[in-house]
Amino acid sequence: MAELVWLIPAFPLVGFLTILLFGRRMGDPLSGWFATAMVFASFIASVGVYSDLLGMDEAERSHVESLFSWVPVGNLQIDLAFLVDPLSITMCLFVTGIGGLIHMYSIGYMHGDAKFSKFFLYLNLFIFSMTLLVLGENLLVTFLGWEGVGTCSYFLIAFWQTRESAATAGKKAFITNRVGDWGVMLAMFLAFSAVGSISYSVLNNNAEAGLLSETTATGIAVLLFVGAVGKSAQLPLYVWLPDAMEGPTPVSALIHAATMVTAGVFLMIRINPVLAVSADWVGPMIAWVGVVTALFAATIALAQSDIKKVLAYSTISQLGYMFLAVGTGAYVAALFHMITHAFFKALLFLGSGSVIHGMNDEQDMNKMGKLFKFMPITASTFIVGWLAIAGVPPFAGFWSKDEILLFALADNTALYVLGLITALLTALYMTRMVIMTFFGEAKWTSFANDDEAPEVAEGEEPIETHGAHGEFKPHESPVIMLIPLVVLSVLAIAGGVIQLPSLWGVPDDVEHTLESWLHAQVIFGEADITGTWADEHLGLLVLFAVASAVVGILLGWLIYQRKRIKPWEPSLFANGWFYDRAVTRFMGGPGRKSFEGVAEFDSKVVDGAVNGVAVAVTETATQARKGQTGYVRQYAGLIGIATVLLLGWFVVIRGIL
Amino acid sequence: MLASEAGTLAFPILTAIVLVPIVGALIVALMPKSRPELPKMVALLSSAATGAMTIWLMSSFETGDSGFQFVSKHEWIEPWGISWHLGVDGISLFLVVLTGVLFPLVIAGIDPHHDERPYLAWLLMLQAGVMGSFLSLDLFVFFIFFEIVLVPMYFLIGGWGYENRVYAATKFFLYTMLGSAFMLVGIVATVAIAADDLGKTTFDLVEIAEGASFAASTGRWLFFAFAIAFAVKVPIFPLHTWLPDAHTQAPTAGSVVLAGVMLKLGTYGFLRFGLYLFPEASFWSRPLWLTLAVIGIIYGAIAATMQMDLKRLVAYSSVAHMGFIVLGIFAFTTQSMSGSTIQMINHGVSTGALFLLVGMIYERRKTRKISELNGIQKVAPIFAAGFMIVMLSSIGVPGLNGFVGEFLILTGSFLTARWWTVVAAAGVILAALYLLWAYQRVFHGEPDEENKKFRELSLKEGMVLLPFIGVIVFMGVYPKPVLDRIEPTIDVLITHVEAHTDYVEPEPTIQIGVVIDHGEEGDHGEEGEDNDTEHEGDEDDGDDGHEGEGD
Repeated sequence: MAELVWLIPAFPLVGFLTILLFGRRMGDPLSGWFATAMVFASFIASVGVYSDLLGMDEAERSHVESLFSWVPVGNLQIDLAFLVDPLSITMCLFVTGIGGLIHMYSIGYMHGDAKFSKFFLYLNLFIFSMTLLVLGENLLVTFLGWEGVGTCSYFLIAFWQTRESAATAGKKAFITNRVGDWGVMLAMFLAFSAVGSISYSVLNNNAEAGLLSETTATGIAVLLFVGAVGKSAQLPLYVWLPDAMEGPTPVSALIHAATMVTAGVFLMIRINPVLAVSADWVGPMIAWVGVVTALFAATIALAQSDIKKVLAYSTISQLGYMFLAVGTGAYVAALFHMITHAFFKALLFLGSGSVIHGMNDEQDMNKMGKLFKFMPITASTFIVGWLAIAGVPPFAGFWSKDEILLFALADNTALYVLGLITALLTALYMTRMVIMTFFGEAKWTSFANDDEAPEVAEGEEPIETHGAHGEFKPHESPVIMLIPLVVLSVLAIAGGVIQLPSLWGVPDDVEHTLESWLHAQVIFGEADITGTWADEHLGLLVLFAVASAVVGILLGWLIYQRKRIKPWEPSLFANGWFYDRAVTRFMGGPGRKSFEGVAEFDSKVVDGAVNGVAVAVTETATQARKGQTGYVRQYAGLIGIATVLLLGWFVVIRGIL
Repeated sequence: MLASEAGTLAFPILTAIVLVPIVGALIVALMPKSRPELPKMVALLSSAATGAMTIWLMSSFETGDSGFQFVSKHEWIEPWGISWHLGVDGISLFLVVLTGVLFPLVIAGIDPHHDERPYLAWLLMLQAGVMGSFLSLDLFVFFIFFEIVLVPMYFLIGGWGYENRVYAATKFFLYTMLGSAFMLVGIVATVAIAADDLGKTTFDLVEIAEGASFAASTGRWLFFAFAIAFAVKVPIFPLHTWLPDAHTQAPTAGSVVLAGVMLKLGTYGFLRFGLYLFPEASFWSRPLWLTLAVIGIIYGAIAATMQMDLKRLVAYSSVAHMGFIVLGIFAFTTQSMSGSTIQMINHGVSTGALFLLVGMIYERRKTRKISELNGIQKVAPIFAAGFMIVMLSSIGVPGLNGFVGEFLILTGSFLTARWWTVVAAAGVILAALYLLWAYQRVFHGEPDEENKKFRELSLKEGMVLLPFIGVIVFMGVYPKPVLDRIEPTIDVLITHVEAHTDYVEPEPTIQIGVVIDHGEEGDHGEEGEDNDTEHEGDEDDGDDGHEGEGD
């Protein structure tokens, strides 16, 4: 079955091509169903390969499946090849699994949109690219997927392209990501010049054998991290992700929460042996970027009123946790959190989509409230997601976050403390969100006749537009949107079982399942924390973690439900520390000025010189023509003077004669 | 040795490739005015016949042979050692094919609006001139073709161009002419000096390059005489300012041909004549060219960002893209030079297609001003999709052709010119900036009254665009057949440079390979290779065939 791994990307590719050719004829909802079926088929193929690997010995679980020679020039031999191993298959499983659910949800969400089939065209292309990214045997195949998902992200953010803000957000995402891509490209060049190949196996084997110099390893690791910072929206390149919420909500769930944005973390895990042999400061640098981003984004999430913006900053914050894990050598924990995060964040985004849908395209939480009564299933599943992300046991997020914090403490207490504060803030802003949306008083009645809000979604079904006129009542979403919510909430509850810690009450044979599954892939880079203080006081850490979650939730309840404490939402937070605005202002101001300067330099100076020469030639010629008098005596005189000068030059200067 | 036996063919195919368009041009020019439909037919026929011959050439080209193939050599002006010497190798093969295929598409797809007869005749002359330049292996013959090319282009810009056409045409003509003047002097001097070494006067490129050796300083002077002509043609910063004017003012056909093949005369000239004749001087002067190339990449991209005219924007993007090609040539590695060679084709296809699309926009809206265009995607989604694919290729998104060339160039140049490459790679960010910004302004948003009437891509336009998109996808997914034909020639050229300098090409080798299941993996690779790749290519060609309709 492992040799059939190409089926995993093949299904979504077939879906893409079919919809490309017949999408219009298939229409709504057939093209959606077809796309969904292709992604689920891909999921089944992943399961097949997974069970195949499961039956093998640990040492045999890594295969290279080469399709064809892609870019062969001289010593540079790059195949379009897949690396099948526990890491890539785990990624495939959750990408296609969650991808399938979100496809299904989209059939309901996008119903009635004029570009319905086009949406699924892009979505299938995205899944295809994403599977290439995770299955790539070398950096170039990964980069193919990397840029593919970036391009799809651009298409989908700008999906409602007639809206200025959507178009701008799409462009911003692409260009910001390109900054990161610059790093990835240089990493490839450096890898080739150092080891003659950009294949992961070669790179990692060389690193493990000690043949990769520290300088080279550092270079590759840092450059790839630059790429990861772009793709996974970390400081200082995170600015595109909040804007990316302009895309339809399923897109935010799939691309900008569950899958694409985790690609950077995946890449770091993939090259963990290289990271392990790079300079001492690389790990801490990654950890600090991660934890600072996590805290920074959490503070911003605290003061947003747009339901999707909260989730966007929350995603940035959670990705920060994953980088904290990578930086402290907790690769298993990073992947673990990536998976549980995919479950609960996809759930939360889809839930918010359901809310937006039911609220007739309203995204402002100030105009919501009391929705539990009107959309009980959405609300219940959303609450599951809330508890999972807040870190309440036994929900999935609790286990993974706990493991990250454990490694952080083993590495550096400051990292741990910041991580814990972020956990508290996470619980707080999520509680705020849940209360503002589903509980409290219904604020939408006062806005019911407002026309200003729902100008979203051109082509959104007009029948459902009941906001503009008279009676407005939020409604529960159709079943097809609720099924994914229910499935995801089950995963968000129970997802933690894939990697349980060695605590009391946990049976030995279900502990650390993910870790032993990934063992061969991460063993070289994984930090060993056995015997550290943190490891020995696991129970205490769990208490701290639970306490931070509980305090956060309690605080949120007191502030937003009981209104005992005045909310503290400074404009610094609401405006994202003014970072994005400063960047934009710089780009629009001095940045643009300098570009204009170059353009002006080109037309005035460079081209001016050319035209100047032309003018000078014309002028000189006109002047020279006056010299052509036709008088022989004048010519003779000139010849005479010239001869004397020439002779003089030869005699005096050159010393001839 | 280079004039290999394999080339001695009964039918002088290369001569035919040069002559058929000339004959076509003459017939078109002499056509009676009473039959207005005939010239187009004849022009199409002769250019298509040329194109078909180039396709045949490609299919019978011996892969793995580094030397010149299909050589035809006849003494012409014997006392001066001038001969009609044509040949094709890995460097010129695909340029010839591109020239062969581009012209029929341009003739079929673009309407000149007035004076069709001379327009077609000039286009055919242009095709002959370009073909001759790419195929000549005699300095004298090359020079003649190199100069001939200017004349039709001058008349095309001057006769069928836009508001500022006379200024642009004159500027183009004088600028390139000035460069060529240096080259003429260079050629004569080269032949004269080489005559001492060779014991006879000959203009034959191969004989001079293989037989003559120039003193370092002499070689450098001679190289620069050639290099100026090529640098203007590429164009290399700061000699580029004729390009935006010429591109903008030229009729669509002129722009497509200019970007598609004519700029390549410069980079091709560097490879064929500069490096081959004067390896020492080329290698010695590489810091200069690398620096100018990198400046061109960044500078061209920045200037492109700020253009308000869509055509000027694409023209400046050419400056940036050609910078990559120059960088690759003067990095002197197998990867970078192969990359430059394939990038000449890729740039020709992508930028050619971009000019074609901009031309279609002008046809509909009679303006190229970005500020006057908006919301086109809403009224013409298929047109927008076509533009998008071409644009992504130009940006260098992997899976499309532009990336393959850029990647190879940068990978190779990183080995010998690390810091130049680091800066050059930043050009990739800028490419996304100027193209996506332009795309947003022109295609996104709500169309205003004027743009609401924007006509969707017609079937005929789609048919012209389709081959471009097919190549864009195919070369991105499966460039191997092209690379396999290019590489042997590049290897020989590098060896030639190594023989004349103390340069040794760095070749990184794998220290530890893939340890997992090596035997089995190899088997898979081999087995899958033929079937899979063929399939992949077909599939992708097919899907793009319907890109338009599906959207």
